[in-house]
Amino acid sequence: MASNSLVARSFWGRATPLQRREMLAGLGFISPWFIGFLVFTAGPMVISLWLSLTRYDVINPPRYIGFQNYERMLADPRLGTSLFNSFYYALFHVPLAMGVALGLALILVRVGRAAGFFRTAFYLPSVTPAVAIGTLWLWILNPQIGLINRGLELLGIQGPGWTTDPDWIKPGIVLMSLWSVGNTVVLYLAALRNVPPELYEAARIDGANSWNQFRNVTIPMISGTLFFTLVVNTIASLQIFAEVYTMYFGNMTGMSAAASAGLFYNIYLFRQAFEFLQMGYASAMAWLLFVIILILTIFQLRASKRWVYYEGG
Amino acid sequence: MFGSSKSSLRRTLALSALVLLTLVAPVVMAQDAEQEPNTEMTGSLSIMGFGLGDEIATTRVGEFERLYPNVELNFTEGGLDEQQFLTAVASGTPPDLVSLPRAELSTYAVRGALTPLTECIANEGIDMSQYRDVAVSEVTVDGEVYGIPEFFNNIMLIINTAALEEAGLTVDDVNTADWDSIAALNETLTRMDGDTLSRIGFDPKLPEFLPLWVAANGGQMLSDDGRTAMLNSPEVVEALTFAASLHDVAGGRAPFSAFRDTWDFFGSGNMIANDQLGVFPMEQWYMNVLADVSPDAPLAFKPFTDREGNPISFATGSAWAIPRGAANPEAACAFIKTVTSPEAWIAAAEERARLRAESGTLNTGTYTANRLADEVIFGEIVGPTGSDVFDTGVETILSLQENAFAIPANPAGAQFRQAWIDAVNRVLNGEQTVEEALNQAQQEAQAALDEAWAQSES
Repeated sequence: MASNSLVARSFWGRATPLQRREMLAGLGFISPWFIGFLVFTAGPMVISLWLSLTRYDVINPPRYIGFQNYERMLADPRLGTSLFNSFYYALFHVPLAMGVALGLALILVRVGRAAGFFRTAFYLPSVTPAVAIGTLWLWILNPQIGLINRGLELLGIQGPGWTTDPDWIKPGIVLMSLWSVGNTVVLYLAALRNVPPELYEAARIDGANSWNQFRNVTIPMISGTLFFTLVVNTIASLQIFAEVYTMYFGNMTGMSAAASAGLFYNIYLFRQAFEFLQMGYASAMAWLLFVIILILTIFQLRASKRWVYYEGG
Repeated sequence: MFGSSKSSLRRTLALSALVLLTLVAPVVMAQDAEQEPNTEMTGSLSIMGFGLGDEIATTRVGEFERLYPNVELNFTEGGLDEQQFLTAVASGTPPDLVSLPRAELSTYAVRGALTPLTECIANEGIDMSQYRDVAVSEVTVDGEVYGIPEFFNNIMLIINTAALEEAGLTVDDVNTADWDSIAALNETLTRMDGDTLSRIGFDPKLPEFLPLWVAANGGQMLSDDGRTAMLNSPEVVEALTFAASLHDVAGGRAPFSAFRDTWDFFGSGNMIANDQLGVFPMEQWYMNVLADVSPDAPLAFKPFTDREGNPISFATGSAWAIPRGAANPEAACAFIKTVTSPEAWIAAAEERARLRAESGTLNTGTYTANRLADEVIFGEIVGPTGSDVFDTGVETILSLQENAFAIPANPAGAQFRQAWIDAVNRVLNGEQTVEEALNQAQQEAQAALDEAWAQSES
């Protein structure tokens, strides 16, 4: 820290007037983001850390209770259920979403002129409001008249109770989540287009078939993007909220089958904070999730050294 | 049998209205005459949780605007957004007024988010006896009134008479006093097309109507003082066991829910019009939906009864309250008094009657928590609808109003409700037996109540 400030001071001392002006301009440009980060992200995080050590009902001032909220988490069976549900979802959603997105991107990269149309078509669901997606998929997944079970029926398969059988609630939600892989598709498409064609040419000359080209050229060359989407999708999937809340927690009757099976971590956190007025406990839950995500991300970063290839680095 | 009670009820209502008019009309007229616009009251009122979506809302608000022309009204429309409300309270900028479900009011009141209305009631001379006792009890915490009741919703049986006829039954055969007969009726009316459910015989409306089944069984889920959960009492266990068993004929809750999710609930192809449901207890507002979208559907209405045969209903509704720290509490109090007064309700009901007559649609009335208003509305304004079926519906609702109960006010409303709803879901999903689920719910609910009461008293 001290050495950094020394470096900055020595830079300031050696800098020309033009460099100083440019530095000030740079700091000026970055300041809106920096102030926004302090006010809207760092500040609330610090406050929520404090609140996690209090009993706070949002209406009355918080009262310090030490680590009681964290102790309570250990004995809360619903917290365990919600964590399990979120991990289950992440475990299936992340690889499936990445796989489907990569498959679509590989098709799109070969489509040629029509790629623009399909790119837009695939991206559209990503900009559809989560509430609309939740409502739409309640119908698509309906066991009796939903499109999916109707389709399965044509194949002679009796479809499951996607929205009514607790065992099928989470698979149904995973299926729904694949609807919104458009942004990942766009990222993969950009990465695929950046793979130098001469690498494929060289591989073909060396006798590599399509699979070998994909495995030994495509995957390493887009591994940076794959890693980015792995990290981002893992974080997002552990925080799933709006679609599921709309589908199952908007009214009491809708909750029936999903009361436990669809209780994801952020849904439980939201209910603690704003329905049960347990903001202190909800803050502690938020910090637990933050620590879990941090550990997972550090693990992913370390593991990435083994399989992510960065050109020139 | 019901026909005779129907005409007797009609006579009683007409008589009551006549008596009431004789007694109240001079007072109301005198008040009207006295109620000159008050130009001294000024400022603005921010109002949360209230929509101006129909003439019942706009007419009453218009009445306030006429009486207090210098008070500016700012609405955050729609149902109460708890997140928005709590954020406003926590940041010290609460709205001046909030309209919220009565069942949730005590949760906020005991935590000090709402102002007791003792002073408001005294200063504005609000006569609390005009409001229904059950509704007032829901907004009274530790002897202090925190809200003024607005609407009063009740539950009645809605019956598909075509399904009954097909089975050779009549409305008299729908007897909720005899649970064996409900089970038999359910079995008779349930229809399967091969393996697929095509009509539910009797929908018990779980989990949300468990309190109704419990009360019908002579039990209660919470002590009158709101401190002791009674979720694993024998009455609750028996009520849940029976109500849950009504799903079995349909093959369990999963096919039951899957089928229920396909209904066009608010459309002309609703489950009664489409013969997808035999009988179900439902809130009264659904009668208005049916009157609008399928007035010619084969329908009948009847009170839900306890096992002794007495009509019984689980009442819900909204209330007006003034948040702590409201900037303009005097104007807020005047607003509450005005929009819940008989005069405002009567004006709104007249406007609805006029609009309905203009559009040629049925007027099935507006049901308020103000007894005086209701007696004038249903004695004077809402006449025969032109449909015997809906006339019976109106009379059924009116007959239930004095037989309604509510869950006692308590500071852990949401958690208490969640505990029993989760228990019902665990039973319906086959995760636990009724006893296991209710024992767990009892522990969770009691812990939440103890913590909330301790917090509110410290």
